[in-house]
Amino acid sequence: MYAYDELDRTLINERVSEFRDQVKRRLSGELTEDEFKMLRLQNGVYLQLHAYMFRVAIPYGTLSSKQLRALAHVARRYDRGYGHFTTRQNIQYNWIKLAELPDALADLAEVGIHAMQTSGNNTRNVTSDQWAGVAPGEIEDPRIWSELLRQYTTLHPEFSFLPRKFKFAITASEHDRAAIKIHDIGLRLIKNADGETGFEVLVGGGLGRTPFIGKTIKPFVHGRDLLSYVEAILRVYNQYGRRDNIYKARIKILVHELGIEKFAREVEEEWKQMGDGALTLDHAAIEEVRSRFSYPAYEKLPHMPDELKQAAHDPLFERWRKNSVFPHKVQGYSIVTLSLKPVGGPPGDATADQMDAIADLADKYSFGEIRVGHEQNLALPHVAKRDLPVLWKALDRIGVATPNVNLVTDIIACPGLDYCSLANTRSIPIAQELTRRFADHDTANLIGRLHINISGCINACGHHHVGHIGILGVEKNGEEFYQITIGGRADENAQMGTLIGPAVPYAEVADVIEDIVEAYLALRDRPEELFVDTVKRLGVEPFRERVYATR
Amino acid sequence: MTSPLQQKIKITGPSMVTANRTWDGVVIYRTAAKDWSTELSNAAIVRTADEARALLAESVADDVGAIGAYIAPVELKDAGKIAPGNLREQIRSEGLTIELPVPA
Amino acid sequence: MPLVKQGRIATDIFVHVADGAELPDDGAILIPAARFLENPEALSRRAGKLGVIWPNNRDLDDLVPHLGRLAVVALVFPSFRDGRAYSQARLLRERHGYAGELRATGQVLRDQFVFMLRAGFDAFEVKKDADADAFAETVKRYSVFYQPTGDGRVTALNRRMQLRHSESAGQ
Repeated sequence: MYAYDELDRTLINERVSEFRDQVKRRLSGELTEDEFKMLRLQNGVYLQLHAYMFRVAIPYGTLSSKQLRALAHVARRYDRGYGHFTTRQNIQYNWIKLAELPDALADLAEVGIHAMQTSGNNTRNVTSDQWAGVAPGEIEDPRIWSELLRQYTTLHPEFSFLPRKFKFAITASEHDRAAIKIHDIGLRLIKNADGETGFEVLVGGGLGRTPFIGKTIKPFVHGRDLLSYVEAILRVYNQYGRRDNIYKARIKILVHELGIEKFAREVEEEWKQMGDGALTLDHAAIEEVRSRFSYPAYEKLPHMPDELKQAAHDPLFERWRKNSVFPHKVQGYSIVTLSLKPVGGPPGDATADQMDAIADLADKYSFGEIRVGHEQNLALPHVAKRDLPVLWKALDRIGVATPNVNLVTDIIACPGLDYCSLANTRSIPIAQELTRRFADHDTANLIGRLHINISGCINACGHHHVGHIGILGVEKNGEEFYQITIGGRADENAQMGTLIGPAVPYAEVADVIEDIVEAYLALRDRPEELFVDTVKRLGVEPFRERVYATR
Repeated sequence: MTSPLQQKIKITGPSMVTANRTWDGVVIYRTAAKDWSTELSNAAIVRTADEARALLAESVADDVGAIGAYIAPVELKDAGKIAPGNLREQIRSEGLTIELPVPA
Repeated sequence: MPLVKQGRIATDIFVHVADGAELPDDGAILIPAARFLENPEALSRRAGKLGVIWPNNRDLDDLVPHLGRLAVVALVFPSFRDGRAYSQARLLRERHGYAGELRATGQVLRDQFVFMLRAGFDAFEVKKDADADAFAETVKRYSVFYQPTGDGRVTALNRRMQLRHSESAGQ
């Protein structure tokens, strides 16, 4: 957990004051909507279909129990008692009133939470692996660097009016849980031959209308040069990114149009001219940030405690444990994923009551810390194995112990047309129906790891391009239709899925997914072959045949 | 950002102008009395592109009270009842097609 | 359109000369880049201060050799959402050492004053009178800054390091 000091808190409070003044001037008419819109976006405030939406930042997905309670408080006091966790480790409220926003922000500021730059044409939340700091085999905690980047990019005077939004992600594990390859800048933390920390830097990843996998611009940037190198990239983008067409304004388009070699040269040229200046991070600066990250005082615990041995007799507990509990780098501890994908529920939502209950459980069993994953689940990162049985009972009572993590019903979905003014179609009801079709846990386990991603429009907030199965809502003659892709991946082997055929109507989507899954079960060469690997082996054709034979 | 007034306005049937109320984001409909109502039944109905443009222009002029005004289709049912003309407007006037996680 | 310098409304001695218009014989003038580059030497010999309006989509390379002749460089915000002039401002101040007046023109609004100051602007053709009046108050909005620019403000990181240093020195 990173501890904000007085300077961090002062900045957040100054920001709240400024926004309070801006809202006042908007409501009095002194600011037109045209002048105000970008200001409110820079504080995470969208206009949606039938209300404002408020997006609050959860930097690199890490929350204290106190902070989670504050999020619950906002849901209760200013909204309709629930929030939605997003694919960028943020939380969204869907019913907030503009006039009350400054108060909501002030309440959040008391616990060091803000909504700075969660929208707008500026740099956004720096996301990371939700297992950062606790994953076995991680090279180093990437959140140190996420925090350095967060501070560097917050209210940056040069880069607050970029051509378009700009997203960072950092991973420090071999298995990329942060999807760095689909970010504007993706950072892979590595060590050089001398054991010094640095980053492979990728640029130009992104989804939406023109999806691209990020390309490596520099194989190794030393940790001390991270900020200066990022500044060089941002400066080139700020000056040369397109501003004539919002669909061509992301850095991925600039990288594509220049080509990665030319783009890399431009950045290198700018970076060389910057020289060894104020942005170079010396050892003291890095240690300053590192020192304010606190880690739990882990106990020395056995690998297999008695409580766990005894609970193994309970098949329900075992089913949950095998599904939702993951190895921790410290012996005797586990990482526990809390599924926010109950059968029939909207994916990624939590009520204020659930949030409070999870905060209490975090205090009891996870050293007061919670994580938010981009797959829209939560995690408790420091659970002693001996506490797993009693924790499970408690999680089950509050409805966040569905044993479907990484399975077919662990669906990532955008809010869709029920909420979002950009959407063509709904996405949540599709997800709900799918969770009902595949509700049987034995079936879901038989199918194995399968990521379904649903987006209600081409903006791809559900990351459908990189879903093992991707579902994209399109409008045809006023009706909701859906294109289905298969074979996408968001991890270190990131790639876009392939379209299997013409779009299908709303009522048929769940049937189509069932057909695809049936095809997979028939075609896989062994139970351990994942869906996405079967697609890789056989291509799209056998699936296309199966789905469209009778359509 | 193109002003809604500069966009080509095409009417394919009876339409109305809708927006969101600035201070709280609630859905509102432009009435014939140069005002806003939260009830679709009070929406002024326009039938030609010129009428629509005029209604939109006066709506957009209320920059303090309303944001994001645009022209949307309606369906006119028996006895003059106004119904939303597409799924999007149905959701805006009647609410989500899914249940909220808690009773609202 | 009031000009703000040093935190308050100031008289603008510079005249914006329209394209094609004749240059006044003397007095301070602000002219567009293209016109300036037609004959920079002749313009410098003219009596009266010289300022150039540099477009935000043009590289600074053609401007840099002439910085010594100029009393004012005016950069442009065609929309307040177009942030290219922030980069230009920082480069002029921090890389090329420009020390004359750096003026923000175009859509210059209250809520960007702090960013502009930090980027190196020291003069502002403010769009709204009310914003110009509020300038001094507005720039007090923030006292904490995370990242270094050429404005000399101490970053949060440096303040923390100084605090540590003085804490340990005091032991």
